[in-house]
Amino acid sequence: MLEALQLPFMQRALLAGLLVGALASYLGVLVVQRRLSFLGDGLAHAAFAGVALGLLLQQDPLWVAIPFAVGVSLLITWVREKSSLGDDTSIGIFFAVSVALGVLFMSLRQGFAPDAVAYLFGSILTVTPTDLGLMGLIALGVVLLAPWWRYWAYATFDRELALADRLPVIRHDYLLSALIALVVVVSVKVVGIVLIAAFVVIPAATARLLSQTFAAMTLVSVLIGALSVLPGLAAAYLFDVPAGSAIVLIQALLFVLALLLRR
Amino acid sequence: MTAPAVEIDRYSVRFGEFQALHEVSLSVPEGAFVAIVGPNGAGKSTLLKALLGLEHSLLRDGPTRIAGSIRILGFPPGEVPPNWVGYVPQLKGFDRSFPALAIELVVSGLRRHWPFLIGRDERKQAIAALEKVGASHLANRRLGRLSGGELQRVYLARSLIRRPRLLLLDEPATGVDAVGEADLYRHLEAYQAESRATILMITHDWEAAQHHASAVLVLNRQVIGYGPPEKVLCHECLSQAFGHVGHAHQVILGGR
Repeated sequence: MLEALQLPFMQRALLAGLLVGALASYLGVLVVQRRLSFLGDGLAHAAFAGVALGLLLQQDPLWVAIPFAVGVSLLITWVREKSSLGDDTSIGIFFAVSVALGVLFMSLRQGFAPDAVAYLFGSILTVTPTDLGLMGLIALGVVLLAPWWRYWAYATFDRELALADRLPVIRHDYLLSALIALVVVVSVKVVGIVLIAAFVVIPAATARLLSQTFAAMTLVSVLIGALSVLPGLAAAYLFDVPAGSAIVLIQALLFVLALLLRR
Repeated sequence: MTAPAVEIDRYSVRFGEFQALHEVSLSVPEGAFVAIVGPNGAGKSTLLKALLGLEHSLLRDGPTRIAGSIRILGFPPGEVPPNWVGYVPQLKGFDRSFPALAIELVVSGLRRHWPFLIGRDERKQAIAALEKVGASHLANRRLGRLSGGELQRVYLARSLIRRPRLLLLDEPATGVDAVGEADLYRHLEAYQAESRATILMITHDWEAAQHHASAVLVLNRQVIGYGPPEKVLCHECLSQAFGHVGHAHQVILGGR
């Protein structure tokens, strides 16, 4: 196992897994507590449409998927702010449109697309230095914005109280939705479109079962999100199973343990 | 002569076709304790949200038209120094699944954001604020596991910790037993005695309003009556507020 870490692609896989695991589970705390768990799925499918468009245009799919998913995320937030439709409905509409567009883009492309399969199910071992650089950049942004956790937490606890205290809650909502979309898109390579939502939801849900405060929930979630990547990758390497699946199953195992252990 | 605590001048709010408030005018002197009463849908909460500067951010579906003006301690609602205004929201909107300790909620009232860690001085201040409402033993309890009465005291401590000059309460006694309600009035009166703060409180409990408030505002989209409780809670004004006389009488005055 340790000798595997000598391999550059394994090093990149490990680093990418840790970064994406930590980022998704950090923002996941806000997503879960705001009852937006479905958002992860919705944005994953927006990423799918973006990837399909990228493949169709013969561009690097990631660079097309990023603006696409961020745009969809901002639109979802806009519909949520401007109408009394429930969050689930707003997300559901864009979810469906994204899948429709993704399928359409795929069909317009000549022939079968084996590379599309890599995006659907993830291929952590093919993470490039560019992918890693992008993840690092987003992680840096999220770390720089860490002081705003207190505002996001406040608006998550009670939006009205935060508004009454003059917090620019709506601007923060847009910012958060863009950040979540970015994290979802860069997670595509690691876990795949089908499993991204798990990265956002499961560590945060596990952390909530184990935490008395929102600060603790945030720390525990990031810890679970990052550390579950290690045994997941090891299992992928040793037993030759898909890394994304292995990581998510480990997260699910931790969730069940938390469910049994919680006070 | 200082500015009144609250000065509302022909304030109207219209959501699409629905007139929520119509030309409400009101002047509340500093140190008053005003109970706001009225039937469901009378615009009581809308008025409170307007005082908090929230009337735009909370509305959806259809254009909202707002006319008239509001001044709080001489400022428009969005520009009052935030620590001048304390707010106790309705408990029914409270999310019990949010992992938090009571003391964190109190500290959030001080900081106006959510605490990651609580400093020693803040902890002292928060415990003192909880002490005043007889709830210091709740400091390290989980919010989601508190009873309605306990939760309400924590929210009250949260609003009082910033020593507001204007305190707004939205049905604070709902979901609280009789002892809890008596306690609430005791704490409000104690705070008012030491601070000369102004209190506006939405309530469904007319009897308590009559006993504790210095003035009553009867609202049914417009001002039906405003003044000392004994003058406002009369037969005629109430029947006007509620449409049909007999029903209003029964429901509100309970056969008195």
